[in-house]
Amino acid sequence: MMYSEKVMDHFSNPRNVGEIEDADGVGQVGNAKCGDIMKMYLKIEDGIIVDAKFKTFGCGAAVATSSMATELIKGKTIKEAEQITNKAVMEALDGLPPAKVHCSVLAEEAIAAALKDYRERHGLVEDSRYEGCAGCCGGCGAHDHGHDLENEED
Amino acid sequence: MQERVIYFDHAATTYVKPEVLEAMIPYFTQNFGNASSIYSIGRQNRNAIEDARSTVAKSIGAQNPSEIYFTGSGTEADNWAIKGTALYHQKKGKHIITSTIEHPAVLATCEFLQKQGFVITYIPVDNEGLVNPDDVDKAIRPDTILVTIMMANNEIGTIQPIKEIAQVCKKHGVLFHTDAVQAAGNIPINVQDLGVDMLSVSGHKFYGPKGTGMLYIRKGVRIENLIHGGHQERNRRAGTENVPGIVGFAKALELATLNLDAHYQKLYSLRERALKGIFERIPHVRLNGHREKRLPGNLNVSFEFVEGESILLMLDMKGIKASSGSACTSGSLDPSHVLLAIGLPHEIAHGSLRLSFGEQNTEEEVDYLVDSLVEIIDKLRRMSPLYEDYVKGV
Repeated sequence: MMYSEKVMDHFSNPRNVGEIEDADGVGQVGNAKCGDIMKMYLKIEDGIIVDAKFKTFGCGAAVATSSMATELIKGKTIKEAEQITNKAVMEALDGLPPAKVHCSVLAEEAIAAALKDYRERHGLVEDSRYEGCAGCCGGCGAHDHGHDLENEED
Repeated sequence: MQERVIYFDHAATTYVKPEVLEAMIPYFTQNFGNASSIYSIGRQNRNAIEDARSTVAKSIGAQNPSEIYFTGSGTEADNWAIKGTALYHQKKGKHIITSTIEHPAVLATCEFLQKQGFVITYIPVDNEGLVNPDDVDKAIRPDTILVTIMMANNEIGTIQPIKEIAQVCKKHGVLFHTDAVQAAGNIPINVQDLGVDMLSVSGHKFYGPKGTGMLYIRKGVRIENLIHGGHQERNRRAGTENVPGIVGFAKALELATLNLDAHYQKLYSLRERALKGIFERIPHVRLNGHREKRLPGNLNVSFEFVEGESILLMLDMKGIKASSGSACTSGSLDPSHVLLAIGLPHEIAHGSLRLSFGEQNTEEEVDYLVDSLVEIIDKLRRMSPLYEDYVKGV
């Protein structure tokens, strides 16, 4: 497999797996048809993300990016969390194979979706950066999902 | 950490048996001569090739060794059979029939021909992966020149009613080719009994060397050549013969044919042990493919709420090597075309696992596999939002 050691570490020992019962924001992106779903739970106090947990259905990269994303946003302010891009998640994992770049996009979108939910629940109406991505990877055209780079056959 | 290697991916490839390697070695070194040369070390190799051809002919029940053509792979044999037929018979018609679950060696070749103006009909399969011969009968048109349906599927192991399909083709006077790459060495093959016109085999699926294959072309069947150059293979397939490969291919097929009953029983019993263990100990599992009409060493199951690549990675950490039809392992956005063709929803197809057992596997390894799967599927489900929804009844 072409995964970095960091990816394998976060896949085999994922951080922050689970649910937060009284979460302040919950976001789910992706769909089962494509083979990736990420659900992110946030606990937010005074504008700071004090806890983050996730559940993911997906490949090794999907699990690892979820795990890394929760690690990156814990302790951050909402503003700081919003600025975490898929590139940051990838870099923190020492890179991803081209075919798996979309997993990091999904992680970024899961954060955005959970923050959007938080704002809606708390009446903090702002222009959200994302409407949330519920579609199939590669469908929205907003990101380089990297799928055109692959051309492998078993 | 984990040094144990348990190989359950024999449908992908097999190791070369020591007896096979031993038979091959002299042809790399002292018997290196070109089989086309007139001097003795060349002539010896000509004899080695013709002996191999006789052995192969006998192993698959061909009437005459001259019906056997050695190729560089099963894929080449498939390409030759299909493109060769298309080129030779295009004046008669441009219609070709195949199935939706063929190997890419057949599907991609048909797609290529489609771009050249040929018309392809894809026969659907039922939810166990079976082609109905009546569907082939109905699909045949006056301009049909070829039917190509695989003997056994590489992913789900389903064995097709090849003899019945061959009878349908014969009735209509249409050529019939079968890709027997997965079948060879696992179930009996007799080309005369089956009544096929062409049959492809690959060496590395039955403990022979990679880079070797064979196309059986029944005497009297005309197809165009694909590889032009020298006069090798009776002017049908150019290129200096891979003598060690041909010798190894024939030796492996000979051994596989001799040991077929014991091989079948051994793999069948390992498969059934794994199947029983998995179904008894893991809920929400489904078997993909036919329960009985399947290759002895093939087990393909889907675990609901989890994704295949994650299963493979976790199995690999335990030293277990297997395969999946998930999109993430196929290199495309869609899961396996075979699993979709048997009607699996995408999310179930993503959670598929293919195990293909081999001669050196043991019951202890199978038990270790089942124990490992119990742990892995549980771990992945606890991480899965789909499973969470299921448990909460969403």
